[in-house]
Amino acid sequence: MIQLMELTVNGERHDLAIEPRRTLVDVLRHDLGLTGTHVGCEHGICGACTVLVDGAPARACLIFAAQVEGAEIRTVESLSPEGELNDLQQCFSEHHGLQCGFCTPGMLMLAEGYLAEEPEPTTEEIREVVASNLCRCTGYQTIVEAIDDCASRRRAAFQEQLAGSRV
Amino acid sequence: MAAEPPPRDPHLRRDGAWVGASVPRREDPRLLAGRGRFVDDITLPGMLHAQFVRSTEAHADLLAVDLDEVRATPGVVAAYTAADLDLADITAELDRPPHEFVPTAMPVLARGKVRYVGEPIAVVVAKDPYAAEDGVEAAVVEYAPLEPVVTDLGALAEDAPLVHAEAPRNTLVDVSLFATEGIDDVFASAPVVVEVRSKTGRQNALPLETRGVVADWDDRDEQLRVQTCSQVPHQVRTVLARCVGLDEKQVRVTVPDMGGGFGQKCVVGREEIAAAAAALRLRRPVKWIEDRRDALTAAFLAREQRYTVRAAFSADGEILGLDADVVCDMGAYSCYPFTAGIEPLMASAEMPSVYRVPAYRVRGRAVTTNKAPTAPYRGVSRPQYVMVVERIFEKAARALGMDAVELRRRNVITVFPYTGVNNITYDPGSYLESLDLCEATLREEGWFSRRSDDNKVIGIGFACFSERTGYGSGAFAQRKMQVVPGFDLSEIRMDLNGTVSVTTGTLSHGQSHETTMAQIVADRLGVPYDRVKIVQGDTDRITYGWGSFASRSITIGGSAVAAASVKLGDQLREIAAHLLSGDPEAAVLEDGGVRVGSSWLSYADIADVAYLKAHLLPKGVGPGLSATASFDVGGDGTFSNATHGCVVELDPGTGGVEILRYVCVEDCGVAIHPQVVEGQARGGIAQGIAGALFEEVRYDDAGQPLAPSFMEYKVPTAMEIPDVRIEHLETPCAFTENGAKGAGEGGTIGAPAAVLNAVNDALRHTGVELDDTPIPREAIFRALETS
Repeated sequence: MIQLMELTVNGERHDLAIEPRRTLVDVLRHDLGLTGTHVGCEHGICGACTVLVDGAPARACLIFAAQVEGAEIRTVESLSPEGELNDLQQCFSEHHGLQCGFCTPGMLMLAEGYLAEEPEPTTEEIREVVASNLCRCTGYQTIVEAIDDCASRRRAAFQEQLAGSRV
Repeated sequence: MAAEPPPRDPHLRRDGAWVGASVPRREDPRLLAGRGRFVDDITLPGMLHAQFVRSTEAHADLLAVDLDEVRATPGVVAAYTAADLDLADITAELDRPPHEFVPTAMPVLARGKVRYVGEPIAVVVAKDPYAAEDGVEAAVVEYAPLEPVVTDLGALAEDAPLVHAEAPRNTLVDVSLFATEGIDDVFASAPVVVEVRSKTGRQNALPLETRGVVADWDDRDEQLRVQTCSQVPHQVRTVLARCVGLDEKQVRVTVPDMGGGFGQKCVVGREEIAAAAAALRLRRPVKWIEDRRDALTAAFLAREQRYTVRAAFSADGEILGLDADVVCDMGAYSCYPFTAGIEPLMASAEMPSVYRVPAYRVRGRAVTTNKAPTAPYRGVSRPQYVMVVERIFEKAARALGMDAVELRRRNVITVFPYTGVNNITYDPGSYLESLDLCEATLREEGWFSRRSDDNKVIGIGFACFSERTGYGSGAFAQRKMQVVPGFDLSEIRMDLNGTVSVTTGTLSHGQSHETTMAQIVADRLGVPYDRVKIVQGDTDRITYGWGSFASRSITIGGSAVAAASVKLGDQLREIAAHLLSGDPEAAVLEDGGVRVGSSWLSYADIADVAYLKAHLLPKGVGPGLSATASFDVGGDGTFSNATHGCVVELDPGTGGVEILRYVCVEDCGVAIHPQVVEGQARGGIAQGIAGALFEEVRYDDAGQPLAPSFMEYKVPTAMEIPDVRIEHLETPCAFTENGAKGAGEGGTIGAPAAVLNAVNDALRHTGVELDDTPIPREAIFRALETS
């Protein structure tokens, strides 16, 4: 059985004709060619497939594409559309928050969604959020540090902006 | 022609060197942008998808495999059994007599018999992965179940059923080594003898990217092209060519980005061969991506070992002898190229560790059982025997009434080179210094006073160890491998605008070689590291290589790359001196060019001559700029070392273990990229903690795996893995080109010992000692409850 559906990913609308059993992650990777999102376990534990659905981190392996018709989906490809790494990606690089890079897109989207919701997290809170996903290379410390650093930089930038607007 | 050099890169170390500078990783931009290329990211026109019909029995005769319904499943294009594909078996052998080693064959698809749950029986190829799984479900397999062998002791029992008919007592490897003369007298007369009995859990190396392959036959190149996530592409080529009956030149193995390996991908997998054989048969691209369930149950595993080790000590705490028996449960098959000897031979050869042990005897065995087969996993046996030896020092310290760190100090090797009772010569390291610094660090941080807090159950544990990292051909030959890894070969080329590309036979899959190897070349040639491209993972572009394992890449591969760079530098100097009418001996590589006296010529200018104006070259110098060099380790290799210190607090209410502090003092010689070295240590420690506290591949009595998902196989998260303080010592290696020793495995090696010792230290008031891993939480709970 083939179903017609419409999916909005990274601001772009796509028309699809797919089996209803097709997962979001398979659609993103194999139908839309957005291979930045990875598949690590297909049962919702490892978080390598984390994307943002209407701004909130979600496991793309546990969602059928049909379930998110009408939602705004964001993948790792949206972070640096022009090729220039964004501040979060830059922090991951500076802190060596990635080695093989397989869990990285999931970690980035997890952090991107979280920081948008909670711009002033403590390190412990960041650690708890990072515990949503698995990384086998880094031992997590540098991932937590990268997100922490990015949050500080964003806060500093925001303060600067405020100061600027007061003048 | 002469010009002025460009300004220096701000990332350079203060003394002008790239080596030692934590420069931005070349790998990062693409991986962070989601633009890496992993196997599953590859799509070829007309590509099909493979999945495997796998055994549901641990041990059975295979009576019939009916694939009619499979082939009738919508979307399925083909399905093959072993008989359909008729492939040669995968075999790996040791040059040892039959009483020491029994060769066994691993068929690509099961033939006549299945030996573990998850063993591939048939390959199903379909138009999409969903249809392939539909097809797998339609297979009808008829088994005649046999009694399974599911434990090492069960395997060794007199009346045990045989996993392989040719291996009596299910024993694939049985070596008795060293047996120092008079060792029995040493033990008979020693004032203190302690014993450790330890069983370590079966673990999965668990790269987050599961195994996978894309294979297709290319008529233009007359080649079977295989893109696979393997740490050892040349070995895959050899086995694949042999299995399907092609010449080596008819197989090209390339490796895209790889989501970790940790050893699980440094052996040749059956599924990658079967998928490639299907592609060859169908003349269509075939992709296989292992799903997580198969990765947890049917991929290569490791680490299930049983130790019985006695140690003799003098009254003043000098170790007098070590007498060991090691049994490794290697599962159903021997892996290629290492064989089932990988774990017992490593443990047997290296167990005396960092201590001056005057008498040593060991028996090392590999037994075969009806469980998924094993491969080397980060550290190979060293996490286990280091743990056992470090337990011995803790026990002996208690028996002697001494401090365990002090007891180590008294016995650790301090004079180098040191040739041990195991006939291995250890190059200089900082064993004592690392121990001292690690203890002092924890003391300064106040952990020893917190340990005395009566309201808390806190313990401190140490692990002092070394790790052989530069296994050259000589060291592997001592293991009597028929296929002897060791050397590395590098080819370097400078192109027209002065950029450099250099091949390495090693294979980075997270270790950052695209960056670190480039730093090595950059220093030798005086070019920025981002002008250097590292070429790896392609059997057509690289003459031969052994891939990446055993922390060999920077020691051996990095040395070959450095040697090739020097040769290319000699060429550049000769040409530049000629062009500038100077003396080649006085020519210096500097700032992306060659300086001869007061003149300087850029590499781009030299390359311009070498390729476009060859008539200007000196007499006898041919066109082009390229060189080849190889490197091997002549002696016993080099040893990195470290001391780990761990502080734990136990929860009497749950038996849970919380790691309060973790300190690692490591010495890997010259660190090419300190940040990368720290990353390797932290990641390794996380995997070692995982083995000490969380992860175990368990089976029931019928040989059914009990951890088929991440719900049961508990991979630690950021909440369980602590921050790690790392301190560096540097004892440069005298015979690698860069003074570097390996850094890939040390973290994993030290952590189980440090954690287990810390837990036992916390239990010191209970009289309970725990020596198995993963440390059973209920045993901690009971010990604390009864105290």
